[in-house]
Amino acid sequence: MSQHVLSLLVEDKPGILTRVAALFARRGFNIESLAVGTTEVEGVSRMTVVVNLDGQPLEQVTKQLNKLVNVLKIVELEDDSSVARDHMLVKVRTDASTRSQVLEAVTLFRARVIDVVSDSVVIEVTGDSAKCKAFIKVLEPFGIKELVQSGAIAISRGSKSMSEKVLK
Amino acid sequence: MTETLSGAQAIIRSLELLGVDTVFGLPGGAILPTYDPLMDSSKIRHILVRHEQGAGHAAEGYAAASGRLGVCIATSGPGATNLVTAIADAHMDSVPMLAITGQVNSHAIGTDAFQEADIVGITMPITKHSFLVTKAEDIPAVMASAIEIATTGRPGPVLVDVAKDAQNAKFEFSWPPTKEMTPGYKPVTDPHGKQVQAAAELILQSKKPILYVGGGVIRAGAHKELHKLAKLIGAPVTTTLMARGAYPDSDPQHLGMPGMHGTVPAVTGLQKADLLITLGARFDDRVTGDVKTFAKGAKVIHVDIDPAEIGKIRHADVPIVGDAKVVIAMLTQELEKQLKGKKYDISEWWSYLNGLKERYPLGYNDLDDGKLAPQYVIERIGQLSGPEAIYAAGVGQHQMWSAQFINYENPNTWLNSGGAGTMGYAVPAAMGAKVAMPEKLVWAIDGDGCFQMTNQELATCTINQIPIKVAIINNSSLGMVRQWQTLFYNKRYSNTDLHTGTDTQMVPDFVKLSDAYGCLAIRVEKVEEVDAAIKLAMETNDRPVVIDFIVGRDAMVWPMVPAGVSNDAVQYARDAAPIWDGEE
Repeated sequence: MSQHVLSLLVEDKPGILTRVAALFARRGFNIESLAVGTTEVEGVSRMTVVVNLDGQPLEQVTKQLNKLVNVLKIVELEDDSSVARDHMLVKVRTDASTRSQVLEAVTLFRARVIDVVSDSVVIEVTGDSAKCKAFIKVLEPFGIKELVQSGAIAISRGSKSMSEKVLK
Repeated sequence: MTETLSGAQAIIRSLELLGVDTVFGLPGGAILPTYDPLMDSSKIRHILVRHEQGAGHAAEGYAAASGRLGVCIATSGPGATNLVTAIADAHMDSVPMLAITGQVNSHAIGTDAFQEADIVGITMPITKHSFLVTKAEDIPAVMASAIEIATTGRPGPVLVDVAKDAQNAKFEFSWPPTKEMTPGYKPVTDPHGKQVQAAAELILQSKKPILYVGGGVIRAGAHKELHKLAKLIGAPVTTTLMARGAYPDSDPQHLGMPGMHGTVPAVTGLQKADLLITLGARFDDRVTGDVKTFAKGAKVIHVDIDPAEIGKIRHADVPIVGDAKVVIAMLTQELEKQLKGKKYDISEWWSYLNGLKERYPLGYNDLDDGKLAPQYVIERIGQLSGPEAIYAAGVGQHQMWSAQFINYENPNTWLNSGGAGTMGYAVPAAMGAKVAMPEKLVWAIDGDGCFQMTNQELATCTINQIPIKVAIINNSSLGMVRQWQTLFYNKRYSNTDLHTGTDTQMVPDFVKLSDAYGCLAIRVEKVEEVDAAIKLAMETNDRPVVIDFIVGRDAMVWPMVPAGVSNDAVQYARDAAPIWDGEE
């Protein structure tokens, strides 16, 4: 099983998410995560798709995606030339005796507490998926009541922009 | 210059301006506004079908016979879903097709309104692209984009779903449309020069090359270029089910059709080759059999306009993305340059292949029950009608025999449902072909099963003076399924008996049925009646003709490679594998 991060520039049209997701489903490609949002260019959205491939070459995935008329550009973002971040919100059980330990973990992971009540806190953390996983592990003993993850978003390092060649 | 038009008028005007002269369709509530200006169009002929599936296959037949865009039109909900099979069929066989459907009013979309169906959603996996139009002013640009997408690159079906209020709304129409609807659509047609050079080098190094020709060569109109290439290098040619007619059957370099029911020389030629020159073909499972053992010793040059086909099934040593017509011409030129007048000698390869051709020609036996051999009937239709005629087949045994026993000399003369395998394709496809090419003799060679799926279009043919000829190869059963039951299910004939033969209940009686549709209907049971019936059909042009050929049900399609088995195990006839020389 190999994991790849694909960044897609797509036209912001109704149904585009269905088109991309359905293509993955019908061709048997596994999506680990998918995040979509607007970009610096009006009418253009960007998707970050993390795919798990078991046997199929990545080339087949990108070629099939390229056949979707509303897909403008696809690049694979490699580990060493890009940064990928997950955003995570966690609701952790706390009481007077555990709160300080939880807050210590928050500081160590450079996370933030965004809501506090007597028996729980909501923490936001941003980082690569390894960091997020490690943070969950640390929090687990206290009791995770709720966990929401954004899926990875990724961007290349350096000054080049993905949209500059596609959209004059 | 602008002009105030309704969305409906804009649909018709755009079609006219884009050169559409024929549409096949059936009206209903949500498409009613568009049918009104359609009535006034002097440029567009609308042919009213009896079922929307018929409109879809007719558009396919029109496109496949002429190389032009086929257009079908239907209303929302069930009208649109009845097009689905034909759209899927066009998608699998890369047929340029535009499907226009009415949709409920835009504010009613998503409310489960009467005759509402999410046809854009339903057809997403089986269209090249689709549009939902909710604003009248988008119509010209959408129509232009839809037709561009359907007809360029790898052709395919495009759906345009238009909300009823968008058809009714008025707007300022101007032409050509300025709005770019699809900035992401850029098909590659010109190949990489270096790749072509590498392909030529690989060809000249090979000792046992074979041209593996697919339907892409027909869609690209590259048959002349193919001929020139084949003659230059003298390599053997195989034409897949979708490519029959791309290379003349009469040419001695032609080994015939490869695949599950391919000729022994074609199947074995591919297996033993050291180089596959793959042109517009996609390594379909019906051609390759077990992929792991397919053409094991061969390198692969793969030419296709769709980059996603290259490397999908089989690794390509030299991948070339481009239009087959352009690529083949460039490749031929490059080969001429590299050959510098020298002869490319593959005579050893030919002596092997010629041995196979001699030992394993296509053939068939008479049947024990004394009934007509279906292969004979089809062969005679081909011989009497000649290579200028157009032949559309349904799906099953009769389709395979039509691919095997009719000699094709020209592209776009063999129409069939290759990828999807859609029973019921023949009658409406032949109708569409006859509308596109009215001067041509058009046959639908159909099975008794297939015929019962779409024969209602005979009414369309009679009313609209579309004199097609239908040959029902009536073996009173779902013949191909029955053949598999004979071979692989211990002759347990589960649900394959159709009771349409003369010694059965004969429901329906195809002669009576066709007569009721206003056709000239003939029944043929004896060998000596075959030619006369075919000739009478060819002479009758004031109405459609249906010949009910009562044939034996035990005839089987040979040769055969059972599904999923290596092509090395091709069976020439039942329990008769070809005899290979020594180590071969």
